[in-house]
Amino acid sequence: MHAAPQPRDHASQRARAIALKVLTYALLLAMTAVMLLPFLWMLSASLKLDKDVFRFPIEWIPAAPQWGNYALIWTRIPFLTFFANTAKLTVIITFLQLATSSFAAYAFAKLDFRGRDLLFLGYIASIAIPWQVYMVPQFIMMRRLDLVDTHMALILLQAFSAFGVFLLRQFFISIPNDLSDAARIDGLNEYGIYFRIMLPLSKPALATLTIFTFVGVWNDFMGPLIYLNTEAKKTIQLGLRLFIQQYSADYALIMAASLVSLVPVVILFLSFQRFFVEGIASTGIKG
Amino acid sequence: MSSTQWSNRAQSLSSSARHSRLKRELVAYSFILPNFLGFAIFTLIPMVFSLVLAFMHWDGAGAITWAGLSNFADMLKDETFRISLINTLYYVAFTVPLTMAAALGLALLLNQPLRGRDFFRTTFFFPYVASLVAVAVVWNMIFHPAMGPVNQLLSALGVDKPPRWTASVDWAMPTVIMASVWKGMGYYMVLYLAALQGIPSYLYEAAEIDGANSWQRFRYITLPMLTPTTFFVSIMLTIASFKVFDLILVMTGGGPGRATNVLVVHTYNMAFKEFRYGYSSAIAMVLFVIVLVITIIQFRMERRWVNYM
Repeated sequence: MHAAPQPRDHASQRARAIALKVLTYALLLAMTAVMLLPFLWMLSASLKLDKDVFRFPIEWIPAAPQWGNYALIWTRIPFLTFFANTAKLTVIITFLQLATSSFAAYAFAKLDFRGRDLLFLGYIASIAIPWQVYMVPQFIMMRRLDLVDTHMALILLQAFSAFGVFLLRQFFISIPNDLSDAARIDGLNEYGIYFRIMLPLSKPALATLTIFTFVGVWNDFMGPLIYLNTEAKKTIQLGLRLFIQQYSADYALIMAASLVSLVPVVILFLSFQRFFVEGIASTGIKG
Repeated sequence: MSSTQWSNRAQSLSSSARHSRLKRELVAYSFILPNFLGFAIFTLIPMVFSLVLAFMHWDGAGAITWAGLSNFADMLKDETFRISLINTLYYVAFTVPLTMAAALGLALLLNQPLRGRDFFRTTFFFPYVASLVAVAVVWNMIFHPAMGPVNQLLSALGVDKPPRWTASVDWAMPTVIMASVWKGMGYYMVLYLAALQGIPSYLYEAAEIDGANSWQRFRYITLPMLTPTTFFVSIMLTIASFKVFDLILVMTGGGPGRATNVLVVHTYNMAFKEFRYGYSSAIAMVLFVIVLVITIIQFRMERRWVNYM
């Protein structure tokens, strides 16, 4: 048959487009289930009696929700102390990182000085070297300084981030030099330019670093594991692990405790989700 | 410029000009200093110390003695080291490609005009910010060999002997790898999504006019345009995977037996359980060299497949 090539049938084309759309949504919803179900199961289990946690088929909404579980966890271990310790570390480290990183990043981005490029290369190289490679010498150093089992050790180790300098430098570079040149002509010195021009313009970048640091410190497990021994000094992640070890059969309580430990990060994440995602997209780093 | 001109020029630089250059540099150093002090003391010095320690014997209390290459020789006899090395390579070999494929797949799905795109993006990203301990706990309970919902479901579906997941020597590593892909893919998805949105639409329009079908557009435009991101992601993921520690420590503790003992877990045990600081540093050094060599190879291969516009 030598029929002339037909123009594509519009109806079948539309049917195909719809089928594709349905398939896309089906895949996305399936992935959403995979990502969210563990958390929903956690929530559901946290409201049950231990004996019902593993009952199958899963009763997603418990008939008699055990809200008391959420009161109980605070009495089983000093969860409040762990929260307070973590909050203290998070606030101090985040503040120090923002201050020292943005200060250094300003010089790397906008000032000219001998050894700048070499020094910056050193910063970048250190980001690529796994922290675990030098965790032992760090520990030995902290022991020499008599700082093991203190919050100060974690603060000193985490406050001076090469990553923070890198991230903020990338952002500062994108701010046009005309602004600082004009300010210099008007008699503002470098510190004035940093405080009055750079910082106000850098809110998105500072927000990104704040979120990264907050989440990183809040979720940090290995740092506290290595450095903190005294129970009164431990952080929320260690507390959670302690809880699991001590009450390994109290499944519902474990789930309640896990969920509570997620709350601050969830709140932060949902309120600054946009900054977070854009911050990653624009800088990439932070494996 | 002749030498006389140079010296004339030097003389014309008044001392006040030199003074102001020095002052400018001092100002710059003052900006760097607070961060640099901390960075130098708590990062650079330990890095160098780590290299030195790899060639020493030290238990943390007694004297530090020269070990030469004996720490490295010990590794050849250390079966746990050998197992940890193989486990690490196993973990990396599956985690890196699986995470990349999942991340790219999700990014392609989300790059279409869809309702609820922000919701999906947020959802997929969430496990990445959730604390590892909490994630590992719930994962372990869901995959509990006897009571977990996954195995109850498998039994209900007629699977005779469902896998024992983290309790089984054969399944422990695959379980950890699944958890790791699940946790990390949202992050790399965001990177891919940003890259996809950066591909100029005229490329697709031109291809469509030339009659390229959707597979051809993907194969000859999307994939090549994504290569810089793929390159970057592969390096970041490889480095991150070699460092795996928290996930394994909380999910399996390196077990059962030594089935999920990876290099960093071994380093940690040697240093903080057996106090063999020199040996631990030597293992860390091996880890570092492996990561370095793989990164260099990746950079060498870059020319062959990465396109820059």
